[in-house]
Amino acid sequence: MRIPTGALIGLIFTSSFFLMAIFAPLIAPYGMAEVVGGVWEPMSSKHWLGTDNIGRDLLSRMIFGGQVTIFIATAATILSFVTGSVLGFTAAVIGGWVDQALSRFVDLVMAIPTLILALVILSVMPISILMLIMVMGFLDATRVFRLSRAVAVDINVMDYVEAAKLRGEGRIWIIFREILPNALSPLIAELGLRFIFMVLFLSTLSFLGLGIQPPSADWGGMVKENKEGIVFGIGAALIPAAAIAILAISVNLVADWVLSRTTSLKGGRG
Amino acid sequence: MSPLITLVAQRIALGLLLLLAVSVLIFAGTELLPGDVAASILGQSATPEALANMRRDMGLDEPAVSRYFSWLFSAIQGDLGTALTSGQEISSQIASRLGNTLFLAFWAAVIAVPLAVFLGLLAVRYEGRWPDKAISAVTLASISLPEFFIGYLLIYFVAVKLGWFPSVATIYPSMSLGEKLHAIGLPVAVLVMVVLAHMMRMTRAAILNVMQSAYIETAELKGLNQFKIIWRHAFPNAIAPVVNVVMLNLAYLIVGVVVVEVIFVYPGMGQYLVDHVSKRDVPVVQACGLIFAAVYIGLNLIADVVSIATNPRLRHPK
Repeated sequence: MRIPTGALIGLIFTSSFFLMAIFAPLIAPYGMAEVVGGVWEPMSSKHWLGTDNIGRDLLSRMIFGGQVTIFIATAATILSFVTGSVLGFTAAVIGGWVDQALSRFVDLVMAIPTLILALVILSVMPISILMLIMVMGFLDATRVFRLSRAVAVDINVMDYVEAAKLRGEGRIWIIFREILPNALSPLIAELGLRFIFMVLFLSTLSFLGLGIQPPSADWGGMVKENKEGIVFGIGAALIPAAAIAILAISVNLVADWVLSRTTSLKGGRG
Repeated sequence: MSPLITLVAQRIALGLLLLLAVSVLIFAGTELLPGDVAASILGQSATPEALANMRRDMGLDEPAVSRYFSWLFSAIQGDLGTALTSGQEISSQIASRLGNTLFLAFWAAVIAVPLAVFLGLLAVRYEGRWPDKAISAVTLASISLPEFFIGYLLIYFVAVKLGWFPSVATIYPSMSLGEKLHAIGLPVAVLVMVVLAHMMRMTRAAILNVMQSAYIETAELKGLNQFKIIWRHAFPNAIAPVVNVVMLNLAYLIVGVVVVEVIFVYPGMGQYLVDHVSKRDVPVVQACGLIFAAVYIGLNLIADVVSIATNPRLRHPK
């Protein structure tokens, strides 16, 4: 199997980001919230990326911030997939009023821009990591629901599903043993796109001050912390912003490759 | 009654129904969730008496259903209630901000829409060759970029290093149109870049779809020139999908505008919403959420109505 250059670059960057996130405490030269120098010191051999708005080592904070971003985005993606696909398959298999009720509710949630609905919910809920994962995961599950329902409706009329029904298998069997294995490839292709969306969503929330709360920070929060420096020509805020962009582009390259290899089915990117 | 009018009327009725359902969802989202507004305003140290007083003042002791209807009816009449934090009328505060946001979104749309349609056509004309590939590559990149990355990059290079545009987009009523446009130059640029990629990709797909129809091939076989084929045969059939694409992406502007306003400290709805989410000022958040959702649903509605109205099959009923 030959991997195209774009996808290979994407794979290398994506896996380095994940390795960095997993081994963050081992790699980072300083602590996450440790003040080690002056405010916004330029790049030097001591501080490779310089220091941030209150004199913390920017490289170390980037590594720990990446861990937060990647961990939360991964958790929210998993939540979104499990909820969305189980409900989507159920709606397709059971049909009738269950399908109608779930589909109309999803239409309703998707009639409000995701960010706006998230802001409405976060205005009354306590902002914690668990809450962020739940809000992001459940709101995004609507898109996974639509995709998996569409895929499952197609599979549900296949002969092998019919055969399973005729030999008397229950719904649980149909969903997990007949539909799930056959729906896996379009869903896996979508996984990358949903992950990117989660990274951008979390970064946006944190940038708006409604995501990860200080002193802990993700990349979006670090952009917020260092943005005041920009007007003085200090580019510290651009580094976490660029990291988000590079992570998103890398995953996108891999996802595009997987998508072109597996299927023509696509869900929404929004 | 012609089927066209029936269809349009049905679609508008559906849109209104959806808006009503959305208002329930927004209200329920802030009222029925376990978080308590009074408790979150007064903080953890509040005495039970103070909490009870606060709840009575805010009308929180009434049942949720009656509060929903009184909120909805006054919202329809243009009264969005008072902000908890400042005690001011939300409607009057929102009015000028909504105008500012629409001003920003309008200019972004004026630039992005023709540019996206033009580039989409260009990609179709040179399908599979380098202009098409370049456009796809730029699209892939800009879909993955967060708004604030493009925003701060522009501020860093164009505003700070070159000094062509201000880094903070302040506008007030006494400014002339030229001064206003100069002030919003950078935010408009960010919004254009954010929307352009999606719009271009979808325009390209929509036109390619039409160009593969059998009647285009017939027109080619008749020996018509490329211009006539696009103008007489492809264009009338591509209006509906292209308008759809444009409207869907203008709806996308709504989310972009929230972040862009925060980046450039622009006095619009998005900034207002974000400020009041962190202050946990629920009436303001509900009002802004409802307006954003209404605009979003409205744009989707227009997209559907236009595609119904421009569909030749529906215009000439059998």
